[in-house]
Amino acid sequence: MDAILLLEQLLNGLQLGIMLFLIAAGLTLIFGVMGLINLAHGSLYMIGAFACAAVATWSGSFWLGLMASLTFAAAAGALIEVVIMRQLYHREHLDQVLATFALILICSEGTRWLFGSFPLYLDVPDIFYGAVNLFGVLQYSRYRLFIIVIGLFTALCIYLLINKTRIGMRIRAGAADRQMTAALGINISLLYTLVFALGAALAGFSGALVGSIQSVEVGMGEPVLILAFVVVVIGGIGSIRGALVGALLVGMVDTLGRGYLPQILQLLLDPVFANTLGAALSSIAIYLLMIVILVFKPKGLFPAHG
Amino acid sequence: MSEKMLNRALLSLLIIAPWLAHWIDEPYYVSLATRIAILALAGVGLNIALGLGGMVSFGHAAFFGIGGYVTGILASHALNYEPLFSGIFAMSGSTQMLFIWPIAMLVGAIAAIFIGLLSLRTSGVYFIMITLAFAQMIYYFSISWPNYGGEDGLPIYLRNSFPGVNTLQPIQFFMICCTILLTTLWGVSRLQDSRFGNALKALRQNETRVAAVGISPLGIKLAAFVISAMITALAGSLFADLNRFVSPTMFSWHTSGQIMIFVILGGIGRLYGPVAGAIMFILCEALLGSWTEYWQFFLGLLLLWVVLFARGGLIGLLCGDKAHD
Repeated sequence: MDAILLLEQLLNGLQLGIMLFLIAAGLTLIFGVMGLINLAHGSLYMIGAFACAAVATWSGSFWLGLMASLTFAAAAGALIEVVIMRQLYHREHLDQVLATFALILICSEGTRWLFGSFPLYLDVPDIFYGAVNLFGVLQYSRYRLFIIVIGLFTALCIYLLINKTRIGMRIRAGAADRQMTAALGINISLLYTLVFALGAALAGFSGALVGSIQSVEVGMGEPVLILAFVVVVIGGIGSIRGALVGALLVGMVDTLGRGYLPQILQLLLDPVFANTLGAALSSIAIYLLMIVILVFKPKGLFPAHG
Repeated sequence: MSEKMLNRALLSLLIIAPWLAHWIDEPYYVSLATRIAILALAGVGLNIALGLGGMVSFGHAAFFGIGGYVTGILASHALNYEPLFSGIFAMSGSTQMLFIWPIAMLVGAIAAIFIGLLSLRTSGVYFIMITLAFAQMIYYFSISWPNYGGEDGLPIYLRNSFPGVNTLQPIQFFMICCTILLTTLWGVSRLQDSRFGNALKALRQNETRVAAVGISPLGIKLAAFVISAMITALAGSLFADLNRFVSPTMFSWHTSGQIMIFVILGGIGRLYGPVAGAIMFILCEALLGSWTEYWQFFLGLLLLWVVLFARGGLIGLLCGDKAHD
């Protein structure tokens, strides 16, 4: 029984980790290649979820909604990059933080204006209703399993794109040395727009996927954004591999902490107090993890530039 | 316009407007001015780390909230007649501002020493993110720890008292906040031009060179970070008294962002920047807020415009570039 519960928790942790990776991958790419802190990444996640919900409601097809989330988020990302971000690449981090904070305000309030304050609901398609039997012992939500599979598939695609294609080579070159890459005749500004749109599409896609489990509402991107930043910082800013490791680590620590910390503390402390302390500690576990890692490795687990 | 004149104009506006409101019996505007004074104070605190020291702290909400919670917790213990600690360190709550402020600043300082020691090991983006993480940590802790209201927050039933002043009367409470703001501004202006302030400003420009002339960067930065946190904690304490309510929102990263906005709207690194910024922000909120529900949309546009095109903020726009320091 306990082993089954643990297995379920591990799968939930994996699911959270995979989703975080999709968001963090874009964030870390944008930082690695352009040197830009993008707080508005959570807004792109929200835009993806809203696009999916709106199109799915209008057309009745979840799959069309999913496509819409990719398209809309990528388009919004490209637009934001061309109009605003380009002016920020050479600015200090402080300016980037503030400008993208302003973008969050604009996107959130703009969305509230368009869609109202009430959450939208996004139904999962019929084939994902109910549970699937895993290993003969565990009943696990089909949709969550679908998220894990499609997330892993996307992660694989990102890996192949970055490491095995010409465009990926250019992106890596851009991250390693911008000026040299530009000197070799690569259209850097086009590359930047592309990377930004790619990151935005990933964020929007994960927003749409998660939107079916949770509700689609204004402000949904912010908790996720901060988690994604924790992931990126733990993994080492600019490193895709670091983002993957960090995302899985954060997903597991958060899920398992919430599941088991109160129980573990009960062995040592008075049960009521242990529950309170356990709940409080598990809600901050990932931040503790991040702080411990940064104290020992100030540049994260996999520093991108040496 | 010279910066000095503008500063005087801003201060006179901040002091005279609430008295006018008081005479025509509009307590709402008095409390609006009180909010401006308190938030400006929080901004003045952040400006020491951000403007003078170049430390982009995205977690000053932690100190703002700590100040608020210290106030709320002390007051609730005093009003319920429960001792805060028993045993050797016996201590009861208090509703006396003169007692609460130093405690709020002390707790803020202890938190800042701890956060600063760990965060200052990193720099750049990592510093921004780790300060954010600390604030988030306290935010989630305050939500999930049920003793002091948890997610619902903690009401302060009666505004804390100050000897010889009726703090329940808006204009009198405003005068307390305003006096603190003025005193702090004076203190910071002295600090800026002191040896310490010069070392701090030099550190912002080139850490290696400062270390080469024999000044330890960490000590100076940590001291500045702690002073900055203490001022912000004091502002948090006043803010709690103004609303007679503290909640985890005080710790949220939006609060950190807002305090940063005061500094930037006014003009970063300028003594009166946060004052100008807080006046602009609160007036925007009040004016736009009465006109449209979606006022933050326009605030976002304004902020974006300031960051992209008017980097000196309001003071920079009116007075031109800052002289090199």
